[in-house]
Amino acid sequence: MDSFNNLVGGFAHALSFANLGWAILGCFLGTAVGVLPGIGPALTIALLLPITFQVSATGAFILFCGIFYGAMYGGSTTSILLNTPGESGSIITALEGAKMARSGRAGPALATSAIGSFIAGTIGTLGITFIGPFIVEYALMLGPAEYFCLMVLCFVTVSAVLGGSALRGLTSLAFGLMLGLVGIDLQSGQPRLTFGVPEVLDGVNVVLVAVGLFAVGETLFLAWRHVEGKQEIQPVGSIMLSKADWKRSFWPWIRGAGLGFPFGVMPAGGTEMPTMLSYYAERKLVKPEFAQEFGTTGAIEGVAGPEAANNAAAAGVLVPMLTLGLPTSATAAIMLSAFQSYGIQPGPMLFVQQADLVWTLIASLFIANVMLVVLNLPLVGLWVQILKVPTPQLYAGILVFATIGTYGISNSVVDLVLLYGIGIIAMFMRRFDFPTAPVVIGMILGPMAEQNMRQALVISQGDWTTFLTRPISATLLAIALLALVGPKLWGWVGRRREAVRPAA
Amino acid sequence: MIQAHSSRADLGAGGFVLGLGVLALWQAAVVPASPLYGQVGPSFVPYLVAVLMLCLGIGLCISALRGGWSHTLEEMQDPQPTNWKALGLLFAGLLANLALIDWLGFVIAATVQYVLVAAAFGSRKLLRDLLVGAVVCLAAFMMFDRLLGVNIGAGILEGVL
Repeated sequence: MDSFNNLVGGFAHALSFANLGWAILGCFLGTAVGVLPGIGPALTIALLLPITFQVSATGAFILFCGIFYGAMYGGSTTSILLNTPGESGSIITALEGAKMARSGRAGPALATSAIGSFIAGTIGTLGITFIGPFIVEYALMLGPAEYFCLMVLCFVTVSAVLGGSALRGLTSLAFGLMLGLVGIDLQSGQPRLTFGVPEVLDGVNVVLVAVGLFAVGETLFLAWRHVEGKQEIQPVGSIMLSKADWKRSFWPWIRGAGLGFPFGVMPAGGTEMPTMLSYYAERKLVKPEFAQEFGTTGAIEGVAGPEAANNAAAAGVLVPMLTLGLPTSATAAIMLSAFQSYGIQPGPMLFVQQADLVWTLIASLFIANVMLVVLNLPLVGLWVQILKVPTPQLYAGILVFATIGTYGISNSVVDLVLLYGIGIIAMFMRRFDFPTAPVVIGMILGPMAEQNMRQALVISQGDWTTFLTRPISATLLAIALLALVGPKLWGWVGRRREAVRPAA
Repeated sequence: MIQAHSSRADLGAGGFVLGLGVLALWQAAVVPASPLYGQVGPSFVPYLVAVLMLCLGIGLCISALRGGWSHTLEEMQDPQPTNWKALGLLFAGLLANLALIDWLGFVIAATVQYVLVAAAFGSRKLLRDLLVGAVVCLAAFMMFDRLLGVNIGAGILEGVL
């Protein structure tokens, strides 16, 4: 009941003129960057970080969350009309969505994904409202040793469990940890990993890294094998859903939301896994008379489910971010650094010390969902216009913003050189399939993990077994170890069995 | 043949990671010893990350020697040839920006970059790009310098803007 009262209070704040304005601006920007291929919410929020010096924390976070939610809505539009995913969470949507568009059903595909996003986003936000305070109660009992182990678990899941290969994911993470170490060590005052360059004594700026990875790297990678040509945008047509469409979409929406939210909450983060699972589930569960639509003319179930899943997962990602201060996606990591720039330490104390901020933010998430469904359905024509921005202008423009965002940090050419260096590394990371999100997460979470580790060791007077003798931290480390070696072990046991069988 | 080639590329990636590990190890070794008493000194985590990086580099090299992973990637199944013109123009744009920004200011340097990047992606309308680029850069400047309050050097346009 407490949550309910707090939420009502949150709505009172969120419905103020200024906060509604931030929400609209965020939803608008978020949808736009979601629609545009090549830029995403992480890059946009990174570029807008200077806003934290200008406006109140509440306003800035309403804006950022609007961008975060909006990008999830906008990404589906690109997937459906262009058959190129606008966001990593909408890769699966492109499978059926683009086929529906090609057979003249782009409108219903857009409608089912927008309404599904709304339903799932609302379910996910309800999840934050009621699960968040519950997690906070437990989180308040965690000490530095437990926190350190929780962060280790987070490192393992975001880098080794998701994606193509544990080896490459962990390499990205280690690169991020290295970047996070650059600068003066806060506890001893000693410079580390600075290579004697005075400009980096304050550390490598997170904006620079995010922009290098997501804007410069992406642009370079595209130019590398660029082939000139125009992409075909499918016409939208009527966006009305027929009665049959509603019926076929309803359960996929609910199931997608049910799959997506827990995946977002777990420190595994990411939207790729739940969208994929939702797609396969819908493919299995589809009524036999519609089964042949999968992969041919495009089945509406295959759009409704994954689109709901990615929005619910996006909401879920906010749970560990707000309650534990653990970012499990690149976007959440950058929001975390925004909290730090306000001097706010996200984590369980956030709900206690900044209750107004948290509940206003949660209330504005509900409001953002309503705004987004309006922005995305009746105004779909506007976003189609944005899709028509030609590739040369789009990437030239992205680099303009990348340059100003980086140069603005300290008006230093050294920053630009670093930016281009990271961009070149990111280009090769794309080529060799190294994920980029673990870099950002490692860079932001790494220093926090180190601090907790040192604190835990001070408390235990240098006794390393503190991480193993405390039940919660030992359990967390065991889960991390299992997540790291479990899949390998499983495969090895499987191969052994197969090798044994023919012999027997 | 194709397999052997792609594994050589992967070996390069593994070697780069090893190199990063060596750099990290060197930087960890030169961290000055802390005069303050602490349970864990400032160089402990740098050593840890360096060792992790080296182990991962070795792992990647072994994986590359066993045939690599590039041939399993969807994007590398039938790759387009390297577009040297696009890459060249793009780098020219970045370098032009780097060379001009302190001297001529953001708006002019970024406009030059805009035109070169647009050309890299196949735009042939130089004059239009110049105009659009100038408008975009001016808008970006106004947004960051005036709205967000970020100090951006205006260069020789100082006083005009």
